[in-house]
Amino acid sequence: MAAKDSISKTITVTVLLCVVCSVVVSAAAVLLKPQQVSNKELDRKSNILSAAGISEPGKSVDELFAQITTRIVDLETGTFTDEVDPATYDAMKAAKDPARSVKLDRQEDIASIKRQARYMPVYLVQNGDQIDRIILPVHGYGLWSTLYGFLALEGDLNTVVGLGFYSHAETPGLGGEVDNPAWKALWPGKKVYEEGTMEPVLQLIKGNVNPSSPDAEHQIDGLSGATLTSNGVSNLVKFWLGENGYAPFLANLRAGGV
Amino acid sequence: MASVSAKDVLTKPVFANNPIGLQILGICSALAVTSNLNTALVMSMAVIVVTAFSNFFVSLIRNHIPGNIRIICQMTIIASLVIVVDQFLKAYAYDVSKQLSVFVGLIITNCIVMGRAEAFAMKNPPVISFLDGIGNGLGYGVVLMFVGTIRELLGAGSLFGIEILPLVNNGGWYQANGLLLLPPSAFFIIGIFIWIVRSWKKDQVEAPEYVLAPNSKQEAV
Repeated sequence: MAAKDSISKTITVTVLLCVVCSVVVSAAAVLLKPQQVSNKELDRKSNILSAAGISEPGKSVDELFAQITTRIVDLETGTFTDEVDPATYDAMKAAKDPARSVKLDRQEDIASIKRQARYMPVYLVQNGDQIDRIILPVHGYGLWSTLYGFLALEGDLNTVVGLGFYSHAETPGLGGEVDNPAWKALWPGKKVYEEGTMEPVLQLIKGNVNPSSPDAEHQIDGLSGATLTSNGVSNLVKFWLGENGYAPFLANLRAGGV
Repeated sequence: MASVSAKDVLTKPVFANNPIGLQILGICSALAVTSNLNTALVMSMAVIVVTAFSNFFVSLIRNHIPGNIRIICQMTIIASLVIVVDQFLKAYAYDVSKQLSVFVGLIITNCIVMGRAEAFAMKNPPVISFLDGIGNGLGYGVVLMFVGTIRELLGAGSLFGIEILPLVNNGGWYQANGLLLLPPSAFFIIGIFIWIVRSWKKDQVEAPEYVLAPNSKQEAV
């Protein structure tokens, strides 16, 4: 027994164990990476499609995605830009890079995202020259995690087509219900902006929306048991569709000046 | 020590010595992942795999693990296995792994895994330890599936996401019980599970630790 507990044996066993374990862990991480990345990519594309309400039985995600044009928007000027390549641009990375992002001060930072990338991709479904649908990436902090998702609007740039989150770590069964299809089905048809303004008023409320209320078109049922996640979703909509988000761009687009 | 049979280590933990029911281990994750059956099933399988292999590897090197740092050695093995399982889920069961989020990683802290490594695998040969891990994982899984079935059926009116009781929200007749989707409800259900098992297997009933003394004074009425 003494041999097993000697210092040299202890060190040898520890080192060997750590080496073996780290090789196994790294091997798993490296070998499975391509599969994971393609899962994520597929998931992102299918989230864009489902937010936009595009689905056709028998067609693959990639085929359906072909009808979508990706453009980059400069949030500062509110116009399209060709400054960066849409195919390789990663807004999430850019948001962390001081050179390509702006720091938000507390007052502005409703969605608690700290930094915001200057350029954001938007996804367009076009019908000839007319924009049929526009899909905007949004994100913001919920209870445990940042929720990343897409909000799709009709060609009037006000009516919601759908919302979907592709990455979050909210409590399963509570905040995690942002993925529930029944809840997501509440979004289509809601209006983001007060009539004639660029002030986003759409929000989640506690309990169920009273359909006869005059504000019903600006309200969505909150998630029960997940007040902070619900607030987070309200805040991220308010932020991204507000003046620091896409509002200037959408206003330009409405006026036809892009 | 040699008296443990393969059948015993596989089946005993399921009801006779259930890790959740009798040993009261691993309650935390049982609360978190049982709001629907899909996640409960995947979580059960993940725990079975991790417990079985961690038992196997710990047992394999049990004669070399220095006594002073045995817990750290066990944790290293368990943590590595959990990361591997997590990576596999992310690669091949992406949707479920998204729902399970942090709870796969938290298998590392599941007392069942380390409890079995320390209590069984350190003293027994690899193969029987492997089976013991499967048995205890199954015991955990049985409770998870039991809790998950009740929670999803009564809380969301479905099983494995397939609608069984049409919900009022969707035009049916069943008013879902929202409490069952919240973690505390799992406490009640696990309590009921323990009650059922102990009514069936009386030997699990523990002797009361305290007995109320009779009144020492006659109350003046």
